[in-house]
Order: sequence, then structure tokens, then C-alpha cells
Amino acid sequence: MVLTKQKIEHVAMLARLKLDDEETELFSEQLNSILAYVEKLDDLNTEGIEPLVHVLPINNVFRDDVARPGMPREELLANATMVEEGQFKVPRIV
Amino acid sequence: MVLPNYEAVIGLEVHVELKTQSKIFCSCSTAFGAEPNTQVCPVCAGMPGALPVLNRQVVEFAIKTGLALNCEIAGMSKYDRKNYFYPDLPKAYQVSQYDQPICRTGYLEIEAEEGKKRIGINRVHIEEDAGKLIHQGAITTSSYSLVDLNRSGVPLLEIVSEPDLRTPREACLYLEKLRSVLLFLGVSDCKMEEGSLRCDANISIRPRGETRLGTKAEIKNMNSFRSLERALEYELTRQMEVLEDGEEVVQETRTWDEGQQATFSMRSKEEADDYRYFPDPDLVPVVVDQEWVQRVRESLPELPDAARQRLMEQYELPAYDAGVLTMTRDTLDFFDECIRHYDDAKVVSNWIMGEMSRLLNQHNLEISASQVSPSALVRMLRLIDEGTISGKMAKTVFEEMFTTGKEPDVIVKEKGMTQISDESALEPLVVQVLEANPEVVEDYRGGKTKALGFLVGQVMKATRGQANPKLVNQILKRHLDKS
Ligand SMILES: [Zn+2]
Repeated sequence: MVLTKQKIEHVAMLARLKLDDEETELFSEQLNSILAYVEKLDDLNTEGIEPLVHVLPINNVFRDDVARPGMPREELLANATMVEEGQFKVPRIV
Repeated sequence: MVLPNYEAVIGLEVHVELKTQSKIFCSCSTAFGAEPNTQVCPVCAGMPGALPVLNRQVVEFAIKTGLALNCEIAGMSKYDRKNYFYPDLPKAYQVSQYDQPICRTGYLEIEAEEGKKRIGINRVHIEEDAGKLIHQGAITTSSYSLVDLNRSGVPLLEIVSEPDLRTPREACLYLEKLRSVLLFLGVSDCKMEEGSLRCDANISIRPRGETRLGTKAEIKNMNSFRSLERALEYELTRQMEVLEDGEEVVQETRTWDEGQQATFSMRSKEEADDYRYFPDPDLVPVVVDQEWVQRVRESLPELPDAARQRLMEQYELPAYDAGVLTMTRDTLDFFDECIRHYDDAKVVSNWIMGEMSRLLNQHNLEISASQVSPSALVRMLRLIDEGTISGKMAKTVFEEMFTTGKEPDVIVKEKGMTQISDESALEPLVVQVLEANPEVVEDYRGGKTKALGFLVGQVMKATRGQANPKLVNQILKRHLDKS
């Protein structure tokens, strides 16, 4: 599998990254080499092997449904760039 | 609404907030209406390094819902990350279930116009809710938005129907039925106005007889049963006009505008959605064995269909009454409690469906918030049966009970509303009325039996409506017929 320039641009867009041509070129090479390395897995015979869902052989880790206080609001908002009326203030969305 | 040449194909995606005490992956409260950002912790705020732990009750509720919707419960299900950026999603991914949902392939039966109809359920999966955004005015013109994370991490079930619905009416019936099932299960409040029940629709049309599906539009932002029906009707007409004009329906998301009563395209993004789902490494799979399923199955309460059947068989109520009384668990509980102390089910049903519903609607209340208790209603019905008040007076008494929460006896006493059922008190009034209206008496004796109604009215008037009409009738007849 080879990542085209368009694919790199698409992935960059999804990650909200602005790449210039040079970077697109660089990441294209790097990502392609990583993918080529991972492609080695294709050589393995996976006939009859269940797809792995989780690396740990455990399941059903639960907590009981009991409500407890969260964190103080000042603490929650401490790192926010903008705050108004106890809420995170964010720039225009659309 | 009739489209003679076309058939509608509709499927609904319903999101319900589960009625747990705490959030899905952390212990923050799920209570509605708290001050912004006061029910938040590092997990639901998406702080780096915070780790989620699944709330057992969420799984329990999901299994319950799946069983009530006749679904298969997956022996193993897992959690996936759905990745996208939006200010209400602090982790930049929503934990959801992608290819291994907890429930699959069920159905829900509705009473369609042509009779019972099974609507397929494709899947039910667990996911987390996002936070809430408050815009300054409309989202498109707002210069900024405010983010409240209290709702972030509240557990949701997404219930996806098959495209088995054929009319906007059927879509409404399905949603109503689904809501009653969820209310009977006690897994959600299902309040559309508070957003604990949300519904999106996929809708397409095709020429009658065609089996392939047409291009669908996804409709969002329908905030009531009414707007669901209106939006789908609007959309059907719109798509039909597009096809009749020889054009093609575009696959897109449209939003329902309540003010303009129309759907509008939500300017499709240049690139298609790409959520890059992958298994959440922070959450381990959930394994549900037969024993667990069996335990939940045994704990299932009576569901709307069974309750409806019971009301029709045990109390011989008409199907319509049984349907209305089983819309919500609270309505049914109210009825059941009344019927424990009062024999005439139809009378109880009439009062619940009539005056009670009218006043609840008028005050925008649920029956659980009503000040009239089942025992107070029963007491009032007894006052009618004993002849203390007339059916007409009872309406006034009931309204007073509803607004003040007072007992019916107290109201009757305070308002001096007691019905006059004493013959010796009514007799002289009857004689007076007869003497004052000799022509009417002649008419009656001449065969115009309708004249009796006028005379009863006169006696009622003389007692300012307090006379027992049945008794007045009897006394009048006795006098008139003896001639
Ligand atoms: Zn939390």
C-alpha cells in the first residue's frame, strides 16, 4: 500500500494539521516506510486465528453505579484560555 | 398524506440517555439541570492519563433494552473510539461500539393503520454523550460558544431501526412505542425536551413496486413527536418534487427548522466523514454469558404490550383506552392503583384520559407530578356514586383538586357544592316550575317528550345546578304522568 499525496493531505486535514509541500513530501516518505514495515505482518499465516480485540486477556472490568462529586470547577477551568459564566469559551465553530 | 406513485422508506436512529446515577466511565453525577461544569472530573473532561472504568449498570440496562426489543445479546462486545474534533468532545473521540454492538437483530411491534406490524431493530449499542454547547444566538452567526461538560460521559443507547417504516405516521408510532417500552423498563426518562430522547431519521422514496432503495437524506433536529412527523412529511414532498422535476435526490444531512417548518441542507463537508474507528485500548471487552442474560430476563417488568392485553382482557377496556393507559409506566401505575380500590375500570379510564390528560397537557406536566393521587380520584368517584355531587360538578371539583391538591370532600364542603338529593327539598321546586310553565306541561302531555328536558333545566337553574338531575327527572315525571 502506498500513501498518495492526496491521502497524506486527507489525514493531515483530519488531524487539523497544515502541512507545506516539503512536509507533505517528508511525511509521505516516512509514513510509507512505516507502513511497509508493518506490511511484514501480511506474511504471517493467520488462518483460523480469531482477531485480537484487546492485548490483555481480561474482560468485564466494571464499577458500581455510585455517584461522587467531581473536581472543583475552578480547577477544571484553570487551564482554559477563555472562560465565561463557568464555562469554556471557544471561538466560532462553523 | 398520500403519494400515489411513491413509497417512503424510513429508518430511525434513536439516542436515549440512560437513567444511571453516575456517568458511563466515571463517578460524576448524571443529574439534569446542575450549574455548568459542576459534574465533571478528569475522565469526562478528557484530561490526559485519566482512565475510564465501565459502569456495570449501563451494560445491565443495555441487556434489558435488548431483550425487550427481542434482540440477540452478544456474548462478547467491545468499545471503539470514534474520532472527530468538536468543542463538545473533550477527548476528540467518542467511545462507542462499532462492529461488535451489545445487541443485534430484534424487532418492535407497532399498531399500524393496517394492523400489527413488526419493525426490525438493526442494533442497539452503548456510547457516551458529548458535552453541551451554548451559542450566542444561532450557531452560524454566533461569534463564540460556551462549553458545559456536565453531559459529557452520560451513558447513551443508540437504537437503530431497519428501514421498515413506510409513512411519517408509522415513524411516530414506532417512536411512541419505543418510548413506552423504555419507560416501562425504567432505563431512561425519555424526555425529548430535555434531550434524553433524541431522534434522527433516514428517509428516501422510491416508485411503488420498486424494491431497490432510493438515495436517502438524514434528517436531524426534530425535537418532538410532532416535529418528527412534520419533518418527514415535508421531506417526502420535497424528494418527490425533486424526482418529478427529473432531478436526483442528493445524499446529505438536513436539519429541521421548527420556525420555518422546513428541512435545510447542512452544507455537506467537502470531504466525507472519516471517523477512523479503532478498539479503545483503555477498555476491555464485555462478556455476557447466558446466566447473566437469564437473570436480566427474569427481572424484566411487565411491558406495554402485555399491559395493554391485560387491560383489555381483565377490565374489558377498549383497545384505544388500553393503548393510552399504557403509554407510560406512570399512567399505568396510576390506573392500577385506582382500580385496586374502585370497580368500574371504564369510569377510571375516562377520567384519566379525559380531565386528567387535559389538565396535564394544559399545565405541561407528567402524571407523576400531578397533585391528584389515585386515592383522591377514587374518593371523588365515590362522591358521584353516592349522589353527593353530579358528574358536572365533579369536573369543577377535579380541576380544584388538580390545582390545589386538596381532598375532594374538602373542596365540596368549602364550595358548598353538595348536590341536592333530598326529595322533600326538590319537590316544592318542581311544583313551582310546573305551575310557572303550563304550556310546556301541555306540550309534554300532548306527546312532545322533549319538553321534559326544558323543565329539568328550569329546576336545575332554580338550584344553581345543585339539584341531582336524575332525581329531578324522576319527580317531574311522576307529576306529569299522574295527570
Ligand atoms: Zn467524570
